[in-house]
Amino acid sequence: MTKKLTIAASCTALACAGVLAMGLGTPAKAGLFGSDDKKGVSYETFTDMLHLVMASDRAIYTKKVVARLAAKEKVIKASEHFEDEKALPLPAQMFRFGSEMVSSKTDKFAYQLLSLWPINKQNAPRTETEKKGLAFIAENKGEKPFYSEEELGGKNYFTAVYADVAVAGPCVTCHNAHKDSPRTDFKLGEVMGGVVIRVPMN
Amino acid sequence: MRNKLLWLVWITATLMGGGAVAATMHYGGDFRSVFLIGKTTSGHHQIEMACDACHTDMFGGIDALQKGCVTCHGDELKAANDSHPRSKFIDPRNADRVAVLDARYCVTCHREHQPGITNAMAVTLPTDYCALCHQDIAKNRPSHEGLAFDTCGNSGCHNFHDNRALYEDFLEKRHGEPDFKEVLLVALSNWTPPADQPKPERKALRALDADAPAAHRGALKHTADWAASGHAAAGVNCSGCHQPRKRTRPDEWVAAPAAKECAACHTAEAKTFTEGKHGMRQRDGLWVSRKDDFLGLFEDKGLPPMTPALARLPMKDDVHATALTCNTCHGAHKYDVKFAQVDACESCHADDHTKAFRMSPHNSLVDREASGDLPKGSGVTCATCHMPKHLVRDDYGTEKVFVTHNQNDNLRPNEKMIRTVCADCHGLRFTIDALADPALIKNNFKGKPAHHVESIDWVENRMRERARRQQQQ
Repeated sequence: MTKKLTIAASCTALACAGVLAMGLGTPAKAGLFGSDDKKGVSYETFTDMLHLVMASDRAIYTKKVVARLAAKEKVIKASEHFEDEKALPLPAQMFRFGSEMVSSKTDKFAYQLLSLWPINKQNAPRTETEKKGLAFIAENKGEKPFYSEEELGGKNYFTAVYADVAVAGPCVTCHNAHKDSPRTDFKLGEVMGGVVIRVPMN
Repeated sequence: MRNKLLWLVWITATLMGGGAVAATMHYGGDFRSVFLIGKTTSGHHQIEMACDACHTDMFGGIDALQKGCVTCHGDELKAANDSHPRSKFIDPRNADRVAVLDARYCVTCHREHQPGITNAMAVTLPTDYCALCHQDIAKNRPSHEGLAFDTCGNSGCHNFHDNRALYEDFLEKRHGEPDFKEVLLVALSNWTPPADQPKPERKALRALDADAPAAHRGALKHTADWAASGHAAAGVNCSGCHQPRKRTRPDEWVAAPAAKECAACHTAEAKTFTEGKHGMRQRDGLWVSRKDDFLGLFEDKGLPPMTPALARLPMKDDVHATALTCNTCHGAHKYDVKFAQVDACESCHADDHTKAFRMSPHNSLVDREASGDLPKGSGVTCATCHMPKHLVRDDYGTEKVFVTHNQNDNLRPNEKMIRTVCADCHGLRFTIDALADPALIKNNFKGKPAHHVESIDWVENRMRERARRQQQQ
């Protein structure tokens, strides 16, 4: 009995010591991306996760709201000038509004929807990384994202570029027909642009 | 010994003088004007003594100034769908642009107290600032080839913040409108609430219903004026304005109700009044009271109402001391809306545009409406354009029309007037041209525009080009 108690006490002490050692070994504050002695989430995983949320929300808005109500049921239009025309904002606009709201609330990450064939020329790639990234995803038909690092305004950023694919018919018809579109031969499922996500690196 | 005494006197005087200067700066008072570092712009000059309105924190730097700008102008920018919002410039990909033009901050382009370099719209940058980012515009817009770098904003084509009536599709949709539309009526002038909307129960009152106690009755004319007013028609009795706290303080009688009493019912009107040049000195939160900080030793009182004497526009000589409150234009008891629409403006303003109004085509519409020659809502008064009616809808769909009392809201740049006013009766081409013609504005639109803004022609060219390409395909 005494022996059993001793074993139980020893196990408990060992477990406590182990937990204590782990606790002491953990840095007080490990950042999202880890610290010198603790691995955190990689930048790639972080931007992949962000992109998954963005792409899913946008796809749902495109299919369940815009395509359903505008293209299928024809109860309301979707328009670039949605306020004037009392219409739904286009999926790309919904995405941009989210991006602007994020920018106004945090500087921990930023994202944009860019394209090599932009309707608004301000959404053409500007930095070398954007140019390379958009070319990469177009060449690879959106099969894999592009990751890189770049320095902007004296700060280092981890920059990821994800393919933005035409998920519904209206994406293609609108971009092909728009008076300012530099391309008129987009097809369904084709890469039309890219989502660029930037995370400042400490 | 004498030297020591002199030193003591000198140090004491320096400390007291310095303290007085610092306290005046902090607490206010007329002497505060010595701290002005240069003539204030016309947008802010009448509130320049309320230093805290802009300098929200003595040590806050540029962010404290930004807070001041956004407090007053933030909503306006949001409503205008600001074409260059701060969020665009916070974006790291625009870091190189920010290095050239830090458009994250208002004061980059609008520096106060810099009269020598202040241009229209209080812009203190050289007028070619658009070119800092858009110098290659002709690459995508061949029509812009060879245009001078300072013509983007001053030609009636673009505005840095507000392009609601200037974007290409807007022009495209309206390019063919005639100068004068078929029906010439001011929108919302004959607005009535939708039939299914709940309406407040109102029982019109007559002179005999006046509930002012005998001690406060005043002249018979007051009662007669009130009985003929919209207040009586809407069932608002004497006590409605003179006893604002009737339930809690039944004995209280406010002899001269102020703006805050008006604001209890006319909330939107009162709020917008303090957003424009007429009432900005009365804006809530403009003056930070510190009376309790220093035993009231230094002057710490808010700004008195605006007077024509403070204005930078030409005003009549005999009204310089008139304080601008609700009753200045509306007149107590009578509340004659017609008077407030033109006569009230003319009683102070003495610039050419105002003086030319009575001979203007817009005023002839007012006369013809009054004589029954034209339907109600045909007349165009000063208020029609400078204090237009707005239709607002709350989250439950309830509609309401209110008259904006911010007469600056659509004034600068004047393209803001296109949607809020001019488009009711005029075509877009005529409107843009008229608004870009200073001589026509000066004579109050008597005649045709002598100036032509080409942007609408360029839009038509693009439409023709597109149609031609489509035919070829």
